[in-house]
Amino acid sequence: MNVNLYPIKEFKLPIVAECINPDVFKGKSLKEVEALEVWEGNKQKRLGELFKVEGENVEGAKEAPVITVHGDVSRVRRIGAGMKSGEIVVKGDAGMHLGEEMRGGKITVYGNVLGWAGSMMKGGTIEIYGNAGDYLGSPYRGSTEGMKGGKIIVHGNVGREVGAHMKKGIIKIYGCAGQFVGFRMRGGTIYVQKDCEARAGACMVDGTIVVGGHIESVMPTFTIEGLRKKVKIEESEVVETPFYLFIGDLTENGHGRLFVAKGPNPHLNHYERFL
Amino acid sequence: MELLIKNGFVYDPINGVNGEKMDIAIKDGKIVEKVNEREAKIIDASGMVVMPGGIDIHSHIAGGKVNAGRLLRPEDHFKDVERKTAVTRSGVGYSIPSTFTTGYRYARMGWTTVMDPAMPPLEAKHTHEELSDTPIIDKASYPLLGDWWFVLEYLRDGKIEECARHVAWMIKATKGYAIKLVNPGGLEAWGFGRNVESIDDPVPHFGITPREIIRGLCKVNKLLNLPHTIHVHTNNLGKPGNYITALETMKCVEDLAEDDKPAIHITHCQFCAFKGDDWRTFQSGAEEIANYVNAHSHVTMDMGQIIFTDTTTMTADGPFQYTLYMLSGNKWTNHDVETETSAGIVPFHYKRKSYVHATQWSIGLELALLIKDPWKILMTTDHPNAGPFIAYPRIVAWLMSRKAREATLKKINPKARSRSLLPSIKRELDFYEIAVVTRAGQAKALGLKSKGHLGVGADADIAIYNFNPETMDPSRKYKAVRRAFKRAAYTIKSGQVVVKDGEILKHVDGATMWIDVQLCEPCEIELNENMKRRFKEYWTVEFENYPVSEDYLAISRPIPVKADV
Repeated sequence: MNVNLYPIKEFKLPIVAECINPDVFKGKSLKEVEALEVWEGNKQKRLGELFKVEGENVEGAKEAPVITVHGDVSRVRRIGAGMKSGEIVVKGDAGMHLGEEMRGGKITVYGNVLGWAGSMMKGGTIEIYGNAGDYLGSPYRGSTEGMKGGKIIVHGNVGREVGAHMKKGIIKIYGCAGQFVGFRMRGGTIYVQKDCEARAGACMVDGTIVVGGHIESVMPTFTIEGLRKKVKIEESEVVETPFYLFIGDLTENGHGRLFVAKGPNPHLNHYERFL
Repeated sequence: MELLIKNGFVYDPINGVNGEKMDIAIKDGKIVEKVNEREAKIIDASGMVVMPGGIDIHSHIAGGKVNAGRLLRPEDHFKDVERKTAVTRSGVGYSIPSTFTTGYRYARMGWTTVMDPAMPPLEAKHTHEELSDTPIIDKASYPLLGDWWFVLEYLRDGKIEECARHVAWMIKATKGYAIKLVNPGGLEAWGFGRNVESIDDPVPHFGITPREIIRGLCKVNKLLNLPHTIHVHTNNLGKPGNYITALETMKCVEDLAEDDKPAIHITHCQFCAFKGDDWRTFQSGAEEIANYVNAHSHVTMDMGQIIFTDTTTMTADGPFQYTLYMLSGNKWTNHDVETETSAGIVPFHYKRKSYVHATQWSIGLELALLIKDPWKILMTTDHPNAGPFIAYPRIVAWLMSRKAREATLKKINPKARSRSLLPSIKRELDFYEIAVVTRAGQAKALGLKSKGHLGVGADADIAIYNFNPETMDPSRKYKAVRRAFKRAAYTIKSGQVVVKDGEILKHVDGATMWIDVQLCEPCEIELNENMKRRFKEYWTVEFENYPVSEDYLAISRPIPVKADV
């Protein structure tokens, strides 16, 4: 089962389309899919007015379909918000709030994604082959309800405040990350394979952050615990290189673990005298 | 414009009308004897409940701290968005809705008058700006005077009459409606990082006790003949064992009551009916409070009913909010700590599975059901402290139906359920009593002469709900009650149909009511000289900029009152 969406034009205004969601498409005919409501700027439109909808008629189907979006939808927000099953593939860039409050299923993006991807996520998988914006897996501004489960994999770089207020789940970044990785984190794992800007783990209470590349600095509120030969990210992934293990953030009485690879970080050698 | 509401089941407790089939005639925004049937617009209300427009005696809808709450909680708004329509403006909710949304949502439920209960005098202009921007509903605001330096000084020196003149000036200057006391004495102490523990604990630097403040302002209230009583948020609010403080507060003005008239209003009583030594031994003290209120006639109170949801607590009670912040670990802010009050704001999530929260839920309903006289206990959620006002339909259903209460009881914390008095309470309110707790009783407690009833001459503020009490039993069909109150079939404000089937038809502006206290002799010069000097010394604003002038209110409705001093 497959539904393909092709943008009819180049979008100039922000579009809010939480209806691009396999659970919403489930059991609907293509006509019904075209009639779903979206907002373009301050005007309510039909999905069919912005996208050409093609594919199999999924009318009456009990399984959620695979939705493939072809083209640049970087102005389209809330794709796959709240989805529970099925799959979305975006062959292009995607907009803000991708997979917000997602509970299950899979989203794959073969392009870049803007801010708040996987915000307040509870389950499922998001895989991004390009770069991701700020607040990846973080809650909406002001909220403390962070990511509670699921998995986000980014093959490119990410912006600031990855996994803020995170409680559970895993975020893997195979590129570089901005400032404040795991801000106020309470659980779960964040892995940054390459470089990381400063203030990783600020105000974290629990959870694990692994930085495989160069880190600008470790916050003074973290204390060194020891050296580790390898770190397990998840069952299938173990990084075998020496790591410094820091514990913090002590201003919050935290016991979160910050692993920083020893090799690319000679400026942290002075911590070794405390061991 | 003339309007005729035909064949509705009318509930008008002030005039003793209990579900009779009647026609109601409206002309020029007032209720009249009759209108010309051929010319008037006719609303067919057959099979529907007709009540006066709802009144809310205590709901934080405007002012400095409400706005600070809006800023503090972007996450509260983003899931609850009101799109603009042809007649309404856009806005956001949920627990701290924007001004326009507040007006629309109240009107949709059939509420037409709302009182903002805590206006720091320094923020009076801000409060009135927001109130003017709140459409449809009529509103008023109570200035916070329980920790006002001048009041504390006058009362310390025993100068009740001077104090009364000063309060009269303050009510006019802030365009207020009633005297509000929040944790009397405690807020002044909070300015120095302290609190008061009981009503006999002296206030630092003033040598005066909360008891003296409450009694003093109660006397002042009587001297000024204000329509509402003093509006008291008790000391020790939100602490286990505080039902004793609440009882003492009510007892301390017992002798000041005259001919069965109320002398004190205890607000959001649920928060001050806690029994036990700490949170582990926490229990309901509703029975003790209810027994006292049943035996005395000088008290009115409102519920402050808990709703299980994510909300924002905001009171002028800074020390209490600080305690709540320490309990919840959530973000918080302390606001307006400047010689006048000290507001605090903490987001809070009431959870069904928490023993304390579930017991609090039970306390509110126990109070409403155990106090026999519905005129003494009014329905509020202390919006947004115990829950947003949009939950009123649910409270109505809980009050009207034992089945509704049992359905919620099943889902709450088992320990709270086993200790709750609710399963043993059989009482179910009927529509007449609901009209009392949501309208008539509120109007009577507030002293609003032209509101809360449907007699000739009253303001034509009317709510019509699509529920047929003849064919349907509210106790069994509680979900239908909830639906009916959620979206009023019609809301009529000043003789204009503003809501039909829960949709806003028309944008009208509501008036701001304030008390124009007329003293026996003018005394303003002496007052101002003294105040000017103090303002120079302590305040951040010039005295001349302090009072709110009448033209500042979009629609001003002064209520003249003759004082005895």
